[in-house]
Amino acid sequence: MWLPPLAPSIVLLGLFVAGPILWCFYAAFTNSALSGISARRPKFVGIDNFTTAFTSSDVASSLWLTVVFVLLSAVVGQNGLGILLAVFLQQRGKLLRGIVGTVVVAAWVLPEVVAAFAIYAFLNAQGTLNEVLGWFGMGQNWLYTAPMLAVVLANIWRGTAFSMLVYQAALSEVPSDLVEAAQVDGAGPLRRFWHVVLPVIRRTVVTNLMLITLQTLGVFGLIYVLTAGGPDNKTRTLPLLMYEQAFKFGQIGYGTAIALVLLVLGAVFSLVYIRSLKAEV
Amino acid sequence: MRARTIAAGLAVAALTLPLAACGGGDAASGDAKTIKIVYRNYSDFPQMDTFMKSVKKEFEAANPGITAQLTPVSSLDSDYLAKVQLMQRSPSTAPDVLFEDSFNVNADAAAGYLLPIDDYLNKWPDWNSQFIPTTKQAGRAVDGKTYAVPMGTDSRGLWFNKDVFAKAGLPTDWQPRTWNDVLDAARKIKQTQPDVEPMYMPLGKPAAEAMSMQSLEMLLYGTPTKDLYDEKAGKWVAPSKGFEDALGYVQTVMKENLAQTAAQAEDTQWAQTQMPLLMSQGKIGFMMDGGWYARYWEPGGVAPWADWSKTLGTTKFPTQNGQAPGNVTLSGGWTLAVGASTGNADASVKFIQTALNKENSAAIDVACSWLPVREDVKADSRLAQKDPTEPFWSSLVSFTRYRPTLPEYPQVSNAMDVAGDSVVNGGEPAKAAQQFAQDVSKAVGADKVKTG
Repeated sequence: MWLPPLAPSIVLLGLFVAGPILWCFYAAFTNSALSGISARRPKFVGIDNFTTAFTSSDVASSLWLTVVFVLLSAVVGQNGLGILLAVFLQQRGKLLRGIVGTVVVAAWVLPEVVAAFAIYAFLNAQGTLNEVLGWFGMGQNWLYTAPMLAVVLANIWRGTAFSMLVYQAALSEVPSDLVEAAQVDGAGPLRRFWHVVLPVIRRTVVTNLMLITLQTLGVFGLIYVLTAGGPDNKTRTLPLLMYEQAFKFGQIGYGTAIALVLLVLGAVFSLVYIRSLKAEV
Repeated sequence: MRARTIAAGLAVAALTLPLAACGGGDAASGDAKTIKIVYRNYSDFPQMDTFMKSVKKEFEAANPGITAQLTPVSSLDSDYLAKVQLMQRSPSTAPDVLFEDSFNVNADAAAGYLLPIDDYLNKWPDWNSQFIPTTKQAGRAVDGKTYAVPMGTDSRGLWFNKDVFAKAGLPTDWQPRTWNDVLDAARKIKQTQPDVEPMYMPLGKPAAEAMSMQSLEMLLYGTPTKDLYDEKAGKWVAPSKGFEDALGYVQTVMKENLAQTAAQAEDTQWAQTQMPLLMSQGKIGFMMDGGWYARYWEPGGVAPWADWSKTLGTTKFPTQNGQAPGNVTLSGGWTLAVGASTGNADASVKFIQTALNKENSAAIDVACSWLPVREDVKADSRLAQKDPTEPFWSSLVSFTRYRPTLPEYPQVSNAMDVAGDSVVNGGEPAKAAQQFAQDVSKAVGADKVKTG
């Protein structure tokens, strides 16, 4: 009964989601390459790619950078700023909401590469920020001196809109009688937020965290345009390492093994979020 | 719980696996009526597009019924290789005729991406009578078969700004004898002209193959180690004293701020957009680069500069301590190859024969400032007319060396880049050289390396 209407989406999902993932699982156990003899006849190499990955200092440092990037830019940055903006914009005039909303959402609407070039133009050695800082004699090449900060800022700037919109919707669903009752009982704004609003929107917080974490884990274009993983690999997160190994160095098998490490990292984050949702119910 | 975990897992996978799906509406290469021509077209390299358009016209007029479909790939040189190799993985996107860097012919031949074309070439009178035998190596793989036809070759050395040199009290007919002569010249420029960057050489991760070939190999081949690959022993030379010394040279240059800053070296756009401009503004003392560099200063290039040939001098790059043969240069070059899954090998080879006949071969060598690979083009006066330094770069070919033509070379070159990049960012040469040796041994097999 349910199958006929679902068939097209099952076929499409199988083809474009499950297919590549299964291929990825297969390729991770071979020495498949972009060129050379292994491109024609990839050999099954067992868990060699994974042994290499887990003993490689490159993977370890990329894993660490990825976690830092996700925590700073998604969990703290996008999520925190998103909820702050949503709270402050609540019950403000239409004009202010309109202006702030437009400014924040503009960065989100831009295609990734365009957004990346915009922030490159802002941060590079001859960029806007340095022109302004130069008046005070403080100019420097931010993409070189503080590359991780630069890509974290870029991702916050680009992604905050999503969290803000999610929280705006959630806040409007908080029953106003609850908040008013707390106010009558003498709770200040901070206590009202912490004890009344937050418990109500808790599920939204976790959902939002899960979505932006997964999205940030996969960020590639933004970092690639800004720093290409450099300087000295200080911003080479797992997606960039995967790209470098698979497409720059031609080691498709090893690259897909790193993709699987990334997949596991995403699963770990997801599990933490799902657990935290269960724990307090 | 479980269902949600699985759903979460799927969501992760969907979001985090940017799998390369290439392809599109263009002709599959199995089609006999259409041949697909793949080459690079980018702001720093518009010459090939102009050239291919004119060849297409000539080819289609001479071969009615067959369409040459031009498929330019827009990318920097460093990304072109991966993009093309992804196209080659599937017969439905693979090119019929491919613009290919000679260093990659072997790897692509081993991968089965290219078609051996000896039978066609042996019947082509020009191939036997006009193509210079040594340049034919560029298209020949280790299996002895020929997979590509050379378009042009090149050589490498030093370009220097005579105005900057005069101000620094350096000779304007500069002929450095040792690495130290080169470094001393840079130091002198630094002392006398603080607003000039004394020197440039391709460095940093974005430079990729340019760093390994034009900087590190140029240095390595001038050390007593001399080789990256020992032909007689059939082994790669790693680790070697020479490679460590080459990295030491890079360290000196970076530590004393004699070349571009590490920040500039790591900038993905700087070398293509800023560097030719800085050179034309007299902001660079000298640079180690290829003879084709003149094309950036041509009208329509990245940084048009009418007086470049008056202001700039050229000279050979010395060996480490001036030991014989005294100078080093390396040659590479670009080729045209036929895709293995072509539906019309005949037409594909005909396209190459049209593109590289006497007239067209001369046209592309002039446009790209490449050195000719045909005897009859060598005599063409247009080359030297347009580029007065052409005779100098041509003269280097007499003692030039080529990169090891082995399928593993691209991987060794990558390992070299990793080592060079770490030194550019303050790493120690000894440690980087050690890591390089490990990477090479992993890539080619421990039985295929020797210490040098």
